[in-house]
Amino acid sequence: MDNKYTILELTDIAKEIRKDILLSISEAGSGHTGGSLGLADVFTSLYFNILNHNPQNPNYNNRDRLILSIGHVAPVLYAALANAGYFSKSELLSLRKLGTRLQGHPGKNHNLPGIELSSGSLGQGLSISVGLALSAKSDKKKWKVYTILGDGELQEGSIWEAAMSAAHYKLNNLIALVDRNHVQIDGQTNKVMDIEPLAEKWKAFGWNVLNCNGNNIAEIIDTYKIANSEKTKPTVIIAETVMGKGVPEIEGNYLWHGKAPSKEQAKLFINSLR
Amino acid sequence: MKEYTYTETKDTRSGFGAGLHQLGKTNKNVVAMCADLIGSLKMDNFVKENPERFFQAGIAEANMTSVAAGLTIGGKIPFIGTFAAFATGRVYDQIRQSVAYSNKNVKICASHAGLTLGEDGATHQILEDIGLMKMLPNMVVINPCDYNQTKAATLEIADYVGPVYLRFGRPKVPNFTPENQEFKIGEAVMLNKGTDVSIFATGHLVWEAIKAGETLEAKGISAEIINIHTIKPLDKKAILDSVAKTGAVVTAEEHMLNGGLGDSIAQLLALNNPKPIEMIGVDDEFGESGHPEKLMIKYGLTANNIVAAAEKVISRK
Ligand SMILES: Cc1ncc(C[n+]2csc(CCOP(=O)(O)OP(=O)(O)O)c2C)c(N)n1
Repeated sequence: MDNKYTILELTDIAKEIRKDILLSISEAGSGHTGGSLGLADVFTSLYFNILNHNPQNPNYNNRDRLILSIGHVAPVLYAALANAGYFSKSELLSLRKLGTRLQGHPGKNHNLPGIELSSGSLGQGLSISVGLALSAKSDKKKWKVYTILGDGELQEGSIWEAAMSAAHYKLNNLIALVDRNHVQIDGQTNKVMDIEPLAEKWKAFGWNVLNCNGNNIAEIIDTYKIANSEKTKPTVIIAETVMGKGVPEIEGNYLWHGKAPSKEQAKLFINSLR
Repeated sequence: MKEYTYTETKDTRSGFGAGLHQLGKTNKNVVAMCADLIGSLKMDNFVKENPERFFQAGIAEANMTSVAAGLTIGGKIPFIGTFAAFATGRVYDQIRQSVAYSNKNVKICASHAGLTLGEDGATHQILEDIGLMKMLPNMVVINPCDYNQTKAATLEIADYVGPVYLRFGRPKVPNFTPENQEFKIGEAVMLNKGTDVSIFATGHLVWEAIKAGETLEAKGISAEIINIHTIKPLDKKAILDSVAKTGAVVTAEEHMLNGGLGDSIAQLLALNNPKPIEMIGVDDEFGESGHPEKLMIKYGLTANNIVAAAEKVISRK
C-alpha cells in the first residue's frame, strides 16, 4: 500500500487505462468493453495504491494476490498491468490475436507477468481465493487476497459455497469486490435472476459487508483500507459501478457487455472520455 | 466427385435457433431455458413468442440442468442452451445423475463448441465435450455440419424421447445440405462414393472433407466421404461397409483426438476389421485466442490436413 499518487494523478491513470482498453479492444475487433471500462477506477486504486506488488519482480513471495474471477474483463487487468510496468504498453495491441500472451480470457499457460490464474468460466475465483487465503494463514503470511467478482456471476452457486467456507475459516485476509453494475449479458440483473437482497445475503453468510461508489477512486481506496483492518471475517465490498463508465454514449447500456467498438468509434470514445 | 454448392454461409447456432423457433409453434410441450446467453444461442425468437415457456436460469448452469430434469417429470421437453464448455464439463455430474442415469428427456443444446469460437480463447473452446457426453449411457450425441442440418436435427430431437447432446458452433460456414431435409438420428449421410479411402467427418469438418475430396480427385484418388452427424449411436454398418470397400480410413473433427469421433471409429474397426487409420483432431492440447480460420490452420484441422492424411493412410494399406 502506498500513497505515491494523489487522487488527481490516479484519476489521470484511470483515464489512460480506459484509453488503453478502448484501443486494445478495437484493435482486437472483439472483447468486453462495458465491464472493463466500469472497473477502471477499481483497478487503478488496486494497482496504484492498495496492492503490495512489484512489477519488476511479479512473483515475489509476499505480494498481495489479485484474483480476477470475471476473466472476461481481462482488458482492464491487462491495461492496469501494462501501465503499472509489468510489460510494455505496445503489447496491449496484441490482445486476442494468435500467439499473444494477452488471451481473450487470462490464460496462465501463456506466461503473462502478473497473472495468477486462468479465468473466464465464471464462478471459480472466490474458491481459488479461499484456497489462497488459507495457504497464507497456514504459513502465517501477511499478504492479502483481493478478488474481483461480477454481480451476474453471483448467480453461480459455487460462489456461495466459497462464501460459506471463507467465513467458516475466518479469512479476514480475503477481500472480495463485487462489480455491482446491475447488468449482465441478457439485461438487468434483477430481471435475469435477481440477486437481492445482496448485502443481507453476504451478511447471512458471515461476511463483513462494505459499500462504495466503485467509480470514485477516493472512496474505493478508503473502503479497501477499512476492509484491511477487519480482524475476524472476510470482507465483501459491494461497489456500485456503471457499465461503460467514462464513455457517455455507452454508459449503463448492457448491450456493451461484450461488444467491441470499431476503430473509428474508439477514437470518438477516447475523445469523449471524461 | 459429387458436386456440392452453397449460396450462403450461415452459423449452425442460427440453425438451432430457427429449429427451436419452429418447435415453439408446433410442439406445445417444448420449453426452453438459457443461462444468460439468449442472443449467442439465437433463442430470441422462441423467447419473444413463448415467454410463458421460457425460463431464464441466470448464470447458473448446474441449477439449469437439474431444473430441466425436473421439468421432464412434469411432461415438458426442455431445450437448455449455453456455451458447450458450460453445458457439459461445468455440469457433468448434474448431467450424469439427473439426466443420463435418470434417462430424462432433456435436450442439451451447446453452442460455440471447438476452436472456431475464436478470440475468447481456451477457457471457452471446449474440445472434450463429445467424449464427455458419449461416455454417458443413454446419451445421444449429435454434431451437425451446417445450418440446414442443425435446424433439422433440432426438430428431430424433440420427437425422440431421451437425453440428447446437440453440439453446434459460432462461425458462419457453407450451408450446403438440403433445406427441410429429414434428419435421422444415428444414420450416417453418404456424401460421395469412393473406393480408395473412407473419410468420416463430423460438424464443421464435413465441409473440409468435401473440399479435400475434390483435391484428392484431382490427384486421381477416389475418396468416399461420409458425414457422421450422430456420434452416438454410431452408424456402425455404414462405417464397416465403407471400410470393407476402401480399406483405409481418415477421421476428421473439431475436437480432441482423445474421446472424439476418431476414437469411436478406431474402436469399432479394431474390434471388427482393423485397417490403417489417420485422425484429424486436436492432439492433447488446449486451444488459444485467435481468428477461427487461423486457429484451424495452426491446429491442423483443414482440408489440406485431410488430404495429407488420406495420402498417408493409403500408403499404409
Ligand atoms: C460459467 C460461465 N457461464 C457463462 C459464461 C458466459 N458469460 C460471460 S460474461 C457473462 C455475464 C457476466 O455478468 P456479470 O458478472 O454481471 O459481468 P458484466 O456483464 O457486468 O461484465 C456470461 C453469462 C461464462 N463465461 N462462464
